[in-house]
Amino acid sequence: MYCYDEFDQQFVQDRVNQFRGQVERHLAGTLSEEEFRPLRLMNGLYLQLHAYMLRVAIPYGTLSARQMRALADIAETYDRGYGHFTTRQNIQYNWPRLYDVPDILQELAAVEMHAIQTSGNCIRNITADPFSGVAADEVEDPRPTAELLRQWSSLHPEFSFLPRKFKIAVTGCQDDRAAIAVHDIGLRIVRNEAGDIGYEIWAGGGQGRTPMIAKKLRAFVPKSALLAYLEAMMRVYNLYGRRDNKYKARIKILVHEIGIDEYARRVEKEFTALDPNSIAADAEEIARIEAYFAPPAYDRLPARSAALDNAKKSDPAFAAWVAVNVRAHKVPGYAIATVSLKPIGGVPGDATADQMRLLADIAERYGLDELRVTIEQNIVLPQVKQDDLYAVWKLLASAYLATTNAGLITDIVSCPGLDYCALATARSIPVAQAISRRFGDPERQREIGPLAIKISGCINACGHHHVGHIGILGLEKAGEESYQITLGGDPSENAALGERLGPGLTAEQTVDTIERLVEVYLANRLSGETFVAAYRRLGHDRFKEALHAVA
Amino acid sequence: MARSEAFHILTANDLLAGDAVFLAEGGWSRDHRLARVARTPDEAKALEITGAAEKAARRIVDPYLVEVSIDANGLPVPVRYRERLRTLGPSVRLDLGKQAALRANSLL
Ligand code: SF4
Repeated sequence: MYCYDEFDQQFVQDRVNQFRGQVERHLAGTLSEEEFRPLRLMNGLYLQLHAYMLRVAIPYGTLSARQMRALADIAETYDRGYGHFTTRQNIQYNWPRLYDVPDILQELAAVEMHAIQTSGNCIRNITADPFSGVAADEVEDPRPTAELLRQWSSLHPEFSFLPRKFKIAVTGCQDDRAAIAVHDIGLRIVRNEAGDIGYEIWAGGGQGRTPMIAKKLRAFVPKSALLAYLEAMMRVYNLYGRRDNKYKARIKILVHEIGIDEYARRVEKEFTALDPNSIAADAEEIARIEAYFAPPAYDRLPARSAALDNAKKSDPAFAAWVAVNVRAHKVPGYAIATVSLKPIGGVPGDATADQMRLLADIAERYGLDELRVTIEQNIVLPQVKQDDLYAVWKLLASAYLATTNAGLITDIVSCPGLDYCALATARSIPVAQAISRRFGDPERQREIGPLAIKISGCINACGHHHVGHIGILGLEKAGEESYQITLGGDPSENAALGERLGPGLTAEQTVDTIERLVEVYLANRLSGETFVAAYRRLGHDRFKEALHAVA
Repeated sequence: MARSEAFHILTANDLLAGDAVFLAEGGWSRDHRLARVARTPDEAKALEITGAAEKAARRIVDPYLVEVSIDANGLPVPVRYRERLRTLGPSVRLDLGKQAALRANSLL
């Protein structure tokens, strides 16, 4: 894991002190509300429906046990005993008081964390594959790249006042668990024909009210040229991105309006004019960052664990969890375990302080001190010995953290929606809960197989509904909550945007419709065919019939 | 702009704590049922002027008018679901927000 150097620590500490001073000046009346508002937002402090909300950055979703424990302590000391993990691998606290926030930021700084750039028209938290460093098919661990970008983009003077917010995701795999196609910039680490490692660069993806799939900008940018190339991309966007209309200000609109070829031409021109050496991080710094992410000292273990095989034989519930929530690790004898934050009927992404502490304990004892937050609002233990999986599972089960549903129909992504969010047009969590209960039966879920439902409480699409296999968007129609279903979205390497199924539905009709959609799928699927694959083969209209049966 | 036949109350968030608050007779209250109800556009305008002054005095942030109807007990109830939720707390966590106290006192 990355460790702050003196510069990083001082930088974060200075920001805490500065914000403490700003709060004091605001309370004393020397900073007006208009002056204070942008300052609090620059420190991740929003005003929501019921209270303030503090969004804390979790760089590329990676946490140590010590950091997870600090998040738990903050939840308990300053909030209401829980936090909400988001689709951008961050955590949000829903009830902080303004006068406590400087202290919260101080506690975060003590564990090398902060809330800087979790709001505003700047480069936001860089997200990455939650299986970084442990996935079998990885070309290279994307975390050093993500960390380099974190440092490069933190308070970057030229890119602190962009036309709009800016999101970057990085993956090192062909299998895309970071949804790079729906980010302003998506990076995939690849190897070219000469065997050199570099980046495939995607631009202009995004969700929100005008969803777009990113276009491939360059098939290969050498590692050493990354920062210069990104700088050129950002400059062109900063210069030509629209500032007249905030709904048209994201890079996706620029790329759409001028075309990817013209955008590429402008970027290349800028890139050629730049002096790459003045921008590139020096080799020593890159080596320093990479050293932090060197693989841990793994034990030499047999590829198959007898202890695991025996436990699976003796405990079918555990065997089911392993089949659904555990994935292959690149090192023999190890495993990647997904801890579901989606108990049946629960609030997606919420974790209590006690649960966070237990996760920290497990990571320390059995997981080489590593935790990851996923864009599906789950937690990953990326470094567990297969021999230890049974013990880990029992501990998880003691805290309602062993739900067997990773990637299944009840592993629902949901933004906070109208229950918390000031921008929401409808609630999203209760819809997630109702679907979760309807499909809660473990057998049935596994029979249905991989199916990603994603729900947003407004057009801003924080719940990623555009890329849900089934997407649900909550709207307000004549004062009532109304839900629109989309089908066939996909955040992966086969990225696609969902297509609208029909007119708005009530929450209850939505759940019934999903049941019909699943029936259509089950009745028509080929052996081994997933929901989204069947949707692509059968076509939209076959599923549309399901809606008529309900409405 | 307030519709002429509609009733309104003024809401905001407490600056320090962040809680949703409502302008009542003696100042800001966390209980919307105590809120001062504007029954005419002029009364609504007066609420807005008070809100702006209170914001300038840094007691609250984000003041705005909420349309209400009057229930059988003569108490204001927000018309929009969003605003009703704001007087209660998250519908998925009945132990949190204003509803927690109301429940404890069997008022809900
Ligand atoms: S999608 Fe809308 S309702 Fe949901 S968190 Fe984002 S802004 Fe709020």
